[in-house]
Amino acid sequence: MKTSKTIFLFFVPGLVLYSIFFLYPTVSALFYSFTDWDGFSDAFAFIGFDNFERAFTGDSIFRKTIGNNLKFMLVVVVFQTIVALAFAMILIKNSKTTVFLRALYFFPTILSSVSVAFIWAFVYDPSLGILNQLLEGIGLGFIAQNWLGNANIAIYSLAITQVWFHAGQMLIVFVAGLQAIPQEMYEVAKIEGASKWQTFRSVTWPLLAPSATIVVAYTTIQSFKAFDLVFAMTGGGPNNSTEIIATYIYDIAFRNYQFGYASAISVIFMIIIAIITFLQFKALRSDRISY
Amino acid sequence: MLFRRFSLLVYALLILIPLLVVVLTSMKTLRETFSNPLGLPADGINIDNYVAIFQEQTMAGYFMNSVIVTLFSVTFTLLFAAMIAFGITRLSSWLGNIMFTLFILGMMVPAQVIMVPLYSLMLDLNLTNSLVGLILVNVSTTLPIAVFILTGFMKTLPKELFEASTIDGAGNWQMFTKVAIPLSLPSLSATAIFLFVMHWNDLLYPLLFITDNAYKTLPLALLEFQGQYSTNYPMLFTGVIIASAPMVVAYVFLQRFFVAGMTAGAVKG
Repeated sequence: MKTSKTIFLFFVPGLVLYSIFFLYPTVSALFYSFTDWDGFSDAFAFIGFDNFERAFTGDSIFRKTIGNNLKFMLVVVVFQTIVALAFAMILIKNSKTTVFLRALYFFPTILSSVSVAFIWAFVYDPSLGILNQLLEGIGLGFIAQNWLGNANIAIYSLAITQVWFHAGQMLIVFVAGLQAIPQEMYEVAKIEGASKWQTFRSVTWPLLAPSATIVVAYTTIQSFKAFDLVFAMTGGGPNNSTEIIATYIYDIAFRNYQFGYASAISVIFMIIIAIITFLQFKALRSDRISY
Repeated sequence: MLFRRFSLLVYALLILIPLLVVVLTSMKTLRETFSNPLGLPADGINIDNYVAIFQEQTMAGYFMNSVIVTLFSVTFTLLFAAMIAFGITRLSSWLGNIMFTLFILGMMVPAQVIMVPLYSLMLDLNLTNSLVGLILVNVSTTLPIAVFILTGFMKTLPKELFEASTIDGAGNWQMFTKVAIPLSLPSLSATAIFLFVMHWNDLLYPLLFITDNAYKTLPLALLEFQGQYSTNYPMLFTGVIIASAPMVVAYVFLQRFFVAGMTAGAVKG
């Protein structure tokens, strides 16, 4: 097939914007990560790997943010995957009720993160909140507390909010995966007298692996990149207990004006995301199943 | 069976109760929220907060800004991404792969990585406090995912159709508008919804680039309410409802497309 030269014109508008507002800033982030630039003055010095060294050895808050990121990610990935899979299995068949319930569970996904942040700030509100009143109502008042103000549990409160926000979306991915499994496989399992658990282990789970990989990988990356919820609900507090990498980059850059250091942390952040993405692609390839 | 139904009900209540409380609280006074946080509003359906928010705030302005930014961002992202996806399918495979990879790399770079240099670039270009600036950034940053979804779809279009139109003397542009676009409508509409949700709800870029009230979009304005009203939940929730209303109405009518679009974004993003 001979391609006419005019085809390159199709790339021009997108490529120009993409280069200016995406590729250039990405390369700049790499560049500034080796400087002590404050973001405003014209002068800055190259300081080699000092920023990276500071992140890993001299900055206890940064190490804390990585820990917070991991806690948040772990809770979200585990709960979101289990909730999504369990309810997808109940709602696999298409009927009026299942279609309605899937739409209802999906609903939070379309809200803005700021809206979800406000809704859950109210749920967690120590004196007015739904959660504490509910706990008191069923006689569990001693558990009631300031869910976002307690440095030991605030990060988990945020993780639960994230699950409420996005589990419905992952549920739909699982439903699609489950519906793609040929019904004959289940008939064969039934004829051979497999128990429910055996059927799940040797039919559903292996054939569902591609969707499960997608859900786990997507949820991992999404929870690693979380910013809005944390920013709007706790702002990283109390006592840095909910500070995660994304909000920390924002703080260093726009509250402390250390653009060079913020760039270095974002480069580290990018490398972590790239590794997760790479593992995702690898897992997807090895899990590829043919029916 | 009973356990299943019970779980379904519990999950439904977990979604519905917080949403119901939001609606009810938006119809209460602040005093009433404190004395009776979870009860029904004493005055029944009361829209005083809605009236007040439109009088006090430049709510109509925020709303229009969100409409303008979202409309232009979705349109241009979709148009440019469709052109690129079409271009990729028309190139030789190695050149197509290079172009594809160039754009897909963007999906790996989190927004927080480019926010620092992007901020100083926007200052240099005089594009802060500008809706045009916001649109340009939105289009550039969502191109990768849109290109990814659309290229996947356009590759499945039968080559014969394009060959036939070449024989009929169609140029690339005609092939794009008369063959590729009409055939890609399902995936274009799914992508459009995905982009619509993303751009309407975006907080980060307005937060970085907009300080002037005249150019704030709804999510950013909501965040400012929080500072202004602190724990005035009736006002905050009135804002939440106004900001979510268009999305909710669209969801009720175009539910299937929302689910398809957001799932395509998740699966491929």
